Amino acid sequence: MKIQLNNNAEELAGDSMTVTDLLKVKNFTFKMLVIKINGALIRKSEYGIAQIRDGDDVHVLHLISGG
Amino acid sequence: MTFDQISKILKTKKVGIAGCGGLGSNCAVALVRAGVGTLVLADFDIVTRSNLNRQYYFMDQVGMKKTEALRENILRINPNVTIEAHDLRLTRENAAVIFKGCEVVVEAFDLADQKEMFIETILTEMPSVPLVIGLGMAGWGMNNTIHCRKADNLYICGDEISEIGPELPPIAPRVGMVANMQANVVLEILLNVESSEK
Repeated sequence: MKIQLNNNAEELAGDSMTVTDLLKVKNFTFKMLVIKINGALIRKSEYGIAQIRDGDDVHVLHLISGG
Repeated sequence: MTFDQISKILKTKKVGIAGCGGLGSNCAVALVRAGVGTLVLADFDIVTRSNLNRQYYFMDQVGMKKTEALRENILRINPNVTIEAHDLRLTRENAAVIFKGCEVVVEAFDLADQKEMFIETILTEMPSVPLVIGLGMAGWGMNNTIHCRKADNLYICGDEISEIGPELPPIAPRVGMVANMQANVVLEILLNVESSEK
Protein backbone atom coordinates (compact mmCIF):
# COMPACT_ATOMS: atom_id res chain seq x y z
CA MET A 1 0.00 0.00 0.00
CA LYS A 2 0.98 3.60 -0.52
CA ILE A 3 0.53 6.15 2.25
CA GLN A 4 1.67 9.68 3.03
CA LEU A 5 3.97 9.55 6.05
CA ASN A 6 5.00 12.93 7.46
CA ASN A 7 4.24 14.57 4.10
CA ASN A 8 6.34 12.04 2.14
CA ALA A 9 5.12 9.20 -0.08
CA GLU A 10 5.83 5.82 1.51
CA GLU A 11 5.29 2.33 0.11
CA LEU A 12 4.60 -0.43 2.64
CA ALA A 13 3.97 -4.17 2.35
CA GLY A 14 0.38 -5.43 2.72
CA ASP A 15 -3.04 -3.77 2.45
CA SER A 16 -3.20 -2.48 5.99
CA MET A 17 -1.28 -2.45 9.25
CA THR A 18 -1.73 -1.22 12.80
CA VAL A 19 0.10 1.79 14.19
CA THR A 20 2.20 -0.60 16.29
CA ASP A 21 3.22 -2.41 13.06
CA LEU A 22 4.14 0.87 11.38
CA LEU A 23 6.31 1.93 14.33
CA LYS A 24 8.07 -1.46 14.14
CA VAL A 25 8.57 -1.39 10.36
CA LYS A 26 9.91 2.17 10.41
CA ASN A 27 11.97 1.47 13.53
CA PHE A 28 10.34 4.41 15.35
CA THR A 29 11.30 3.58 18.93
CA PHE A 30 10.62 6.96 20.54
CA LYS A 31 8.63 7.15 23.75
CA MET A 32 7.00 10.53 23.25
CA LEU A 33 4.84 10.49 20.16
CA VAL A 34 1.84 12.20 18.66
CA ILE A 35 0.23 10.20 15.85
CA LYS A 36 -2.51 11.33 13.49
CA ILE A 37 -4.24 9.31 10.78
CA ASN A 38 -6.27 11.35 8.29
CA GLY A 39 -6.46 14.20 10.78
CA ALA A 40 -7.60 12.10 13.75
CA LEU A 41 -5.42 11.85 16.84
CA ILE A 42 -4.62 8.25 17.76
CA ARG A 43 -4.24 7.64 21.48
CA LYS A 44 -1.50 5.37 22.81
CA SER A 45 -4.06 2.79 23.94
CA GLU A 46 -5.24 2.54 20.30
CA TYR A 47 -1.86 1.90 18.65
CA GLY A 48 -2.48 -1.87 18.59
CA ILE A 49 -5.89 -1.59 16.92
CA ALA A 50 -5.84 1.58 14.81
CA GLN A 51 -5.48 0.51 11.15
CA ILE A 52 -3.50 2.30 8.48
CA ARG A 53 -4.79 1.66 4.95
CA ASP A 54 -3.81 2.50 1.39
CA GLY A 55 -4.04 6.22 0.70
CA ASP A 56 -3.99 7.28 4.36
CA ASP A 57 -2.31 10.48 5.48
CA VAL A 58 -0.23 9.58 8.54
CA HIS A 59 1.77 11.87 10.79
CA VAL A 60 4.17 10.55 13.42
CA LEU A 61 5.69 13.30 15.56
CA HIS A 62 8.69 12.45 17.67
CA LEU A 63 8.52 14.82 20.61
CA ILE A 64 11.91 16.03 21.72
CA SER A 65 12.85 18.45 24.47
CA GLY A 66 13.95 22.02 23.83
CA GLY A 67 12.30 25.39 23.80
CA MET B 1 -1.57 44.53 2.20
CA THR B 2 0.10 47.55 3.75
CA PHE B 3 1.44 47.29 7.29
CA ASP B 4 -1.44 49.51 8.47
CA GLN B 5 -3.98 47.10 6.99
CA ILE B 6 -2.16 44.14 8.52
CA SER B 7 -2.00 45.79 11.94
CA LYS B 8 -5.69 46.64 11.77
CA ILE B 9 -6.55 42.97 11.24
CA LEU B 10 -4.08 41.64 13.80
CA LYS B 11 -5.28 44.11 16.45
CA THR B 12 -8.57 42.19 16.64
CA LYS B 13 -6.86 38.80 17.09
CA LYS B 14 -6.21 36.74 20.20
CA VAL B 15 -3.33 34.26 20.29
CA GLY B 16 -2.48 31.80 23.07
CA ILE B 17 1.10 31.04 24.05
CA ALA B 18 1.75 27.95 26.18
CA GLY B 19 5.06 28.50 27.94
CA CYS B 20 7.07 31.71 28.21
CA GLY B 21 10.59 30.35 27.81
CA GLY B 22 12.85 30.54 24.76
CA LEU B 23 10.10 29.86 22.24
CA GLY B 24 7.21 31.58 23.99
CA SER B 25 8.91 34.83 25.02
CA ASN B 26 10.47 35.41 21.58
CA CYS B 27 7.33 34.38 19.71
CA ALA B 28 5.20 36.71 21.86
CA VAL B 29 7.49 39.66 21.18
CA ALA B 30 7.39 39.04 17.41
CA LEU B 31 3.58 38.84 17.46
CA VAL B 32 3.30 42.05 19.48
CA ARG B 33 5.63 43.90 17.12
CA ALA B 34 3.54 42.68 14.17
CA GLY B 35 0.41 44.07 15.85
CA VAL B 36 -1.50 41.16 17.45
CA GLY B 37 -3.95 42.78 19.87
CA THR B 38 -4.40 40.17 22.61
CA LEU B 39 -2.05 37.50 23.94
CA VAL B 40 -2.90 34.83 26.47
CA LEU B 41 0.32 33.80 28.25
CA ALA B 42 0.75 30.82 30.56
CA ASP B 43 3.83 29.73 32.51
CA PHE B 44 4.53 28.69 36.11
CA ASP B 45 8.25 29.46 36.11
CA ILE B 46 10.47 32.34 37.22
CA VAL B 47 13.28 33.98 35.24
CA THR B 48 16.73 32.59 36.05
CA ARG B 49 20.13 33.73 34.92
CA SER B 50 20.57 30.64 32.73
CA ASN B 51 17.45 31.65 30.77
CA LEU B 52 19.15 34.79 29.48
CA ASN B 53 21.09 32.88 26.79
CA ARG B 54 17.89 32.68 24.73
CA GLN B 55 14.80 34.02 26.45
CA TYR B 56 13.44 37.55 26.06
CA TYR B 57 14.25 38.71 29.59
CA PHE B 58 16.82 40.97 31.21
CA MET B 59 19.30 40.61 34.06
CA ASP B 60 17.23 42.84 36.34
CA GLN B 61 14.23 40.52 35.84
CA VAL B 62 15.94 37.44 37.34
CA GLY B 63 13.63 36.10 40.07
CA MET B 64 10.45 37.56 38.55
CA LYS B 65 7.59 35.38 37.37
CA LYS B 66 8.02 34.83 33.64
CA THR B 67 4.43 35.84 32.91
CA GLU B 68 4.93 39.14 34.74
CA ALA B 69 8.37 39.83 33.23
CA LEU B 70 7.07 39.13 29.73
CA ARG B 71 4.02 41.33 30.29
CA GLU B 72 6.36 44.12 31.36
CA ASN B 73 8.56 43.68 28.26
CA ILE B 74 5.61 43.49 25.88
CA LEU B 75 4.01 46.62 27.31
CA ARG B 76 7.30 48.47 26.80
CA ILE B 77 7.02 47.60 23.09
CA ASN B 78 3.32 48.43 22.84
CA PRO B 79 1.32 49.61 25.87
CA ASN B 80 -1.96 49.04 24.01
CA VAL B 81 -1.65 45.26 23.82
CA THR B 82 -4.02 43.27 26.02
CA ILE B 83 -2.19 40.60 28.01
CA GLU B 84 -3.96 37.82 29.89
CA ALA B 85 -1.17 36.31 31.97
CA HIS B 86 -1.69 33.02 33.82
CA ASP B 87 0.95 32.11 36.38
CA LEU B 88 0.20 28.39 36.52
CA ARG B 89 1.14 24.98 35.20
CA LEU B 90 -0.90 24.02 32.14
CA THR B 91 -2.58 20.62 32.47
CA ARG B 92 -4.99 18.38 30.55
CA GLU B 93 -7.72 19.84 32.75
CA ASN B 94 -7.09 23.58 32.42
CA ALA B 95 -5.50 24.06 28.95
CA ALA B 96 -8.71 24.40 26.95
CA VAL B 97 -10.19 26.72 29.57
CA ILE B 98 -7.15 29.02 29.61
CA PHE B 99 -6.97 29.29 25.79
CA LYS B 100 -10.70 29.48 25.13
CA GLY B 101 -11.40 32.08 22.44
CA CYS B 102 -7.87 32.10 21.00
CA GLU B 103 -7.77 31.95 17.19
CA VAL B 104 -4.39 30.20 17.21
CA VAL B 105 -2.43 28.49 20.00
CA VAL B 106 1.37 28.30 20.12
CA GLU B 107 3.03 25.38 21.93
CA ALA B 108 6.24 26.71 23.48
CA PHE B 109 7.18 24.18 26.13
CA ASP B 110 10.63 22.88 26.88
CA LEU B 111 10.11 19.23 27.90
CA ALA B 112 8.96 16.46 25.53
CA ASP B 113 6.40 14.98 27.93
CA GLN B 114 4.80 18.40 28.41
CA LYS B 115 4.69 18.92 24.65
CA GLU B 116 3.00 15.53 24.23
CA MET B 117 0.42 16.29 26.93
CA PHE B 118 -0.37 19.73 25.53
CA ILE B 119 -0.59 18.69 21.86
CA GLU B 120 -2.89 15.77 22.70
CA THR B 121 -5.06 18.01 24.86
CA ILE B 122 -5.46 20.83 22.33
CA LEU B 123 -6.03 18.44 19.39
CA THR B 124 -8.73 16.73 21.44
CA GLU B 125 -10.38 19.65 23.21
CA MET B 126 -9.94 22.41 20.61
CA PRO B 127 -9.77 20.48 17.31
CA SER B 128 -10.75 23.43 15.13
CA VAL B 129 -8.07 25.77 16.50
CA PRO B 130 -4.72 25.77 14.66
CA LEU B 131 -1.85 24.67 16.90
CA VAL B 132 1.73 25.76 16.10
CA ILE B 133 4.41 23.69 17.81
CA GLY B 134 8.19 24.02 18.15
CA LEU B 135 10.10 20.79 17.71
CA GLY B 136 13.88 20.48 17.64
CA MET B 137 16.12 23.55 17.88
CA ALA B 138 19.03 22.65 20.18
CA GLY B 139 22.62 23.57 19.36
CA TRP B 140 23.94 25.97 16.74
CA GLY B 141 24.47 26.20 12.99
CA MET B 142 22.54 23.88 10.68
CA ASN B 143 20.25 26.66 9.44
CA ASN B 144 18.82 24.59 6.64
CA THR B 145 17.60 21.74 8.84
CA ILE B 146 14.94 24.01 10.37
CA HIS B 147 11.66 23.76 8.49
CA CYS B 148 7.92 24.08 8.84
CA ARG B 149 5.34 21.48 7.86
CA LYS B 150 1.63 21.12 8.25
CA ALA B 151 -0.35 18.12 9.52
CA ASP B 152 -3.95 19.30 9.06
CA ASN B 153 -4.51 21.88 11.79
CA LEU B 154 -1.13 21.21 13.38
CA TYR B 155 1.92 23.20 12.25
CA ILE B 156 5.36 21.86 13.13
CA CYS B 157 8.35 24.24 13.25
CA GLY B 158 11.90 23.07 13.93
CA ASP B 159 14.37 20.45 12.77
CA GLU B 160 12.48 17.57 14.48
CA ILE B 161 15.85 16.01 15.38
CA SER B 162 17.98 18.10 17.76
CA GLU B 163 17.16 17.24 21.36
CA ILE B 164 18.68 19.37 24.09
CA GLY B 165 21.37 17.78 26.26
CA PRO B 166 24.51 18.73 28.18
CA GLU B 167 26.50 18.82 24.92
CA LEU B 168 23.71 20.37 22.88
CA PRO B 169 22.17 23.26 24.80
CA PRO B 170 19.44 25.52 23.51
CA ILE B 171 20.98 28.86 22.41
CA ALA B 172 19.44 32.14 21.26
CA PRO B 173 19.92 31.92 17.47
CA ARG B 174 18.24 28.60 16.73
CA VAL B 175 15.61 28.98 19.47
CA GLY B 176 14.87 32.45 18.12
CA MET B 177 14.63 31.09 14.57
CA VAL B 178 12.00 28.56 15.57
CA ALA B 179 10.14 31.05 17.80
CA ASN B 180 9.98 33.56 14.96
CA MET B 181 9.02 30.83 12.52
CA GLN B 182 6.12 29.98 14.83
CA ALA B 183 5.11 33.67 14.92
CA ASN B 184 5.35 33.77 11.13
CA VAL B 185 3.01 30.79 10.81
CA VAL B 186 0.57 32.49 13.20
CA LEU B 187 0.50 35.57 10.95
CA GLU B 188 0.00 33.40 7.89
CA ILE B 189 -2.98 31.70 9.54
CA LEU B 190 -4.54 34.92 10.87
CA LEU B 191 -4.07 36.93 7.66
CA ASN B 192 -5.16 34.10 5.33
CA VAL B 193 -8.32 33.46 7.32
CA GLU B 194 -9.11 37.14 7.14
CA SER B 195 -8.60 37.43 3.38
CA SER B 196 -10.65 34.28 2.65
CA GLU B 197 -13.53 35.65 4.74
CA LYS B 198 -13.69 38.80 2.63
